[in-house]
Amino acid sequence: MTTRKRKETVAWRKSVQGRRAIGIFVTFALLLPLGIAFILPFIVMVSTALKPLNQVFAFPPRLIPETVQWENFADGWYGYGYVNFTTCTWNSLKITVNNIIGNIVSCTLAAYAFARLKARGKNFFFAIVLATMLLPNEALVVPQYVLFNRFGWLDTHLPLMVPPWFGWPFFIFLLRQFFLTIPEELVDAAKIDGAGHARILLQIFIPLSKPALATLAIFAFIGNWNNFFGPLLYLRTPDVQTLPVCLVQYQGAYGNTEWHLMMAVATIAVIPVLIIFIFGQRYFVEGIATTGVKG
Amino acid sequence: MFRRLTKPISPSAKREERIFYLFILPWLIGLVVFSIGPVFGMLGLSFTDWRISLDDLQFIGLDNYAKLFDDPIFWTSVGNTLYIVVGRVVFGVSFALLLAILLNQRVAGIAFFRAVYYLPTVTAGVAVALVWIWIFNPRLGILNYTLKQIGIQGPPWIFSKTWVKPSLILMSMFSVGPIMIILLAGLQGVPKELYESAEIDGAGNWAKFRNVTLPMLSPVLFFVIIISVVSSFQNFTEIRVMTEGGPGESSNVLIWYLWENAFIFLQLGIAAAVAWIMFVVLMLLTGAQFWVGRRWVYYEADTG
Repeated sequence: MTTRKRKETVAWRKSVQGRRAIGIFVTFALLLPLGIAFILPFIVMVSTALKPLNQVFAFPPRLIPETVQWENFADGWYGYGYVNFTTCTWNSLKITVNNIIGNIVSCTLAAYAFARLKARGKNFFFAIVLATMLLPNEALVVPQYVLFNRFGWLDTHLPLMVPPWFGWPFFIFLLRQFFLTIPEELVDAAKIDGAGHARILLQIFIPLSKPALATLAIFAFIGNWNNFFGPLLYLRTPDVQTLPVCLVQYQGAYGNTEWHLMMAVATIAVIPVLIIFIFGQRYFVEGIATTGVKG
Repeated sequence: MFRRLTKPISPSAKREERIFYLFILPWLIGLVVFSIGPVFGMLGLSFTDWRISLDDLQFIGLDNYAKLFDDPIFWTSVGNTLYIVVGRVVFGVSFALLLAILLNQRVAGIAFFRAVYYLPTVTAGVAVALVWIWIFNPRLGILNYTLKQIGIQGPPWIFSKTWVKPSLILMSMFSVGPIMIILLAGLQGVPKELYESAEIDGAGNWAKFRNVTLPMLSPVLFFVIIISVVSSFQNFTEIRVMTEGGPGESSNVLIWYLWENAFIFLQLGIAAAVAWIMFVVLMLLTGAQFWVGRRWVYYEADTG
């Protein structure tokens, strides 16, 4: 009896359905715990943000707070005299919005040129776009600091807000790849109607490229909102600080870090990114896949 | 190129060319002012005794480089950077590949898991780095508490010289989102027929992975390895927020060494030398990337 049953099990395991079922089981057995692990930092952040200070240090650690202390958010926001979160948030928002617009304008123009215009020297310049695409800004920060110092731009938002108006190789590449997929016939038809390149760009390419532009805007939003290196380097006075720098100032501001308040403001800082990500994650996936491996 | 420049062309082509240069002008100005200019400025400054003011510079030849190579902390930071680079390539890329393979399965809810796995990448910043200090807390943190539940005495993580680098590598494995997506796109690009013929030959899952997936994926793998090496040079936020190069010098990586010399010790000539070395390494990596992988990154590069 049992041997027959075992034989049946073995046969089932080797069958197509059996293999498929085992595959699904193994997949979920890995997907689920990994998914929980990936969300855990956020759960820790939010649950700490909701606890009273004495429960933060309780052992064993509890993910669900015993008592929920909503005041932490307000206390954190207004908590420290010299760290003004309203100002920091406003500064972050201003820089981020400016940089998204600047990137879109400058990169759209360059991407259109590289995708659709014929010119001598084009391949040479495009090779430079590709060569600089992987170069992180960190490697150039020392001389840029000198440059902006010369311009008298230190402790202003200009070192952060001006360069985005002058293109970004990764975005130029991303948009160019998208522009290449727009059918040539549309451009030809517009040309017959007497449209110039500015009109073709504005009336055909931009409306057709909403997904690519959304991708660009999302990348730019996240990159600028999270940018820490630049503001830390160029900004000094509290009035011009951005959110990430404000958060760090919380760390051990009075010798002892008030974890519950710091996590409350950290949660507030992460929320815009979460919202953008949830609504835009489709664009993320497409944008990265395009730049990585279209071929 | 120069021969072609002298070739006569029609007026309309000339007009198009003018528009081309007009359109790329903002990028071109930015390239010269914010990238190429600084790169060469940096090279020049690395040969001077520059400290704070630019007014009274002395040319000191290769002294900065000599000083740099004599500084044991520089070599420590090179070693630390290499450690983290290797760790992120070995563990980060294989982990990203595992995630990509999981996300490539045809099961329900895949889009949800893809979003969840990508999430820590977009929120990687100061806020989450602060959370990780708390997660890594040896006594009260959730990580060691979880380990204790399964009977493992957790290490002191970022608070110990031996564990700080593995901790940073572990943390970076949570933000492998982009390379996971690139690998996933690569997996989806492997022709189905190859798997089918492998199945006809009686290949099991491992054999299919070893003989079909990996070879077909190798150019993409190379690309993501380059990306993860480059991003290992940028891990400033975690270092600044979580360790400040410590304990001791055990998490002092090149970007931190550069930052300390430039903006804390005000040894700007030395910082320029470090930056120049970093720049050359990154350019070599980019070069290697194009040399090996022009096949899949250049796509329709010659259109138009």
